[in-house]
Amino acid sequence: MAKLLYFGRLSDITGTAEETLSLPLEVETAGDLRQWLDLRFECAGALLEPTVRIAVNSEIIFDSTGLSEGDEIAFMPPVGGG
Amino acid sequence: MDAIIISPDPIDAPETLKQFETEASGAGGIVSFTGNVRPVAKFGPVKSLFLQSYSPLTENGIKSALETAQARWPLMGVRIVHRIGEMAPGETIVFVATASAHRRAAFEAADFLMDYLKTEAVFWKKETTETEEAWIEPRGEDYSDANRWQLEDAT
Repeated sequence: MAKLLYFGRLSDITGTAEETLSLPLEVETAGDLRQWLDLRFECAGALLEPTVRIAVNSEIIFDSTGLSEGDEIAFMPPVGGG
Repeated sequence: MDAIIISPDPIDAPETLKQFETEASGAGGIVSFTGNVRPVAKFGPVKSLFLQSYSPLTENGIKSALETAQARWPLMGVRIVHRIGEMAPGETIVFVATASAHRRAAFEAADFLMDYLKTEAVFWKKETTETEEAWIEPRGEDYSDANRWQLEDAT
């Protein structure tokens, strides 16, 4: 099982801030997961925007990075505090 | 007191500055910035602001920005306090203070750290007004402010 986190406005789109799921067989990389989730949530590209970064186990990674069961995978829209 | 504090507890900016000034005694110049929740937004009066963080990414990023500031300016002390969770208009969301032998380094380092916090620190902000709930992302101006420091890095 992998733990998925959706931050900021993404949680409004997915309807949840956090979920646990088994990675589908066809999902090998972070980029695959983006595509798969975007279709699953029918969010019309919101998860595909390049400004949405992905962190795996607390490190920002590229879409080509491979995923494993047990990973914590976070979808992060543009950040900013203050 | 720790150099970096991220907490849902209210920030008492005057008290934090007082403590920092005591700890940084011997510094020739101390600069502080306090950021408060604005009472009015684009969609009317603000009811509340919610700040989300992602540990340990948020902490690690701020620590690395602090180290960058320390490498770039001769600082004698730095304090960064950032609030998370739900807060009301007028409450303090962020406090940054820097101490140095001379004013310029203290001003610049505080400015640099605030630009980092506004555009790169791992936080998400949601503003609630009477009629709307809106996630707020950095403005173009915030990014160009932050870029001032990058341009200098390249030279």
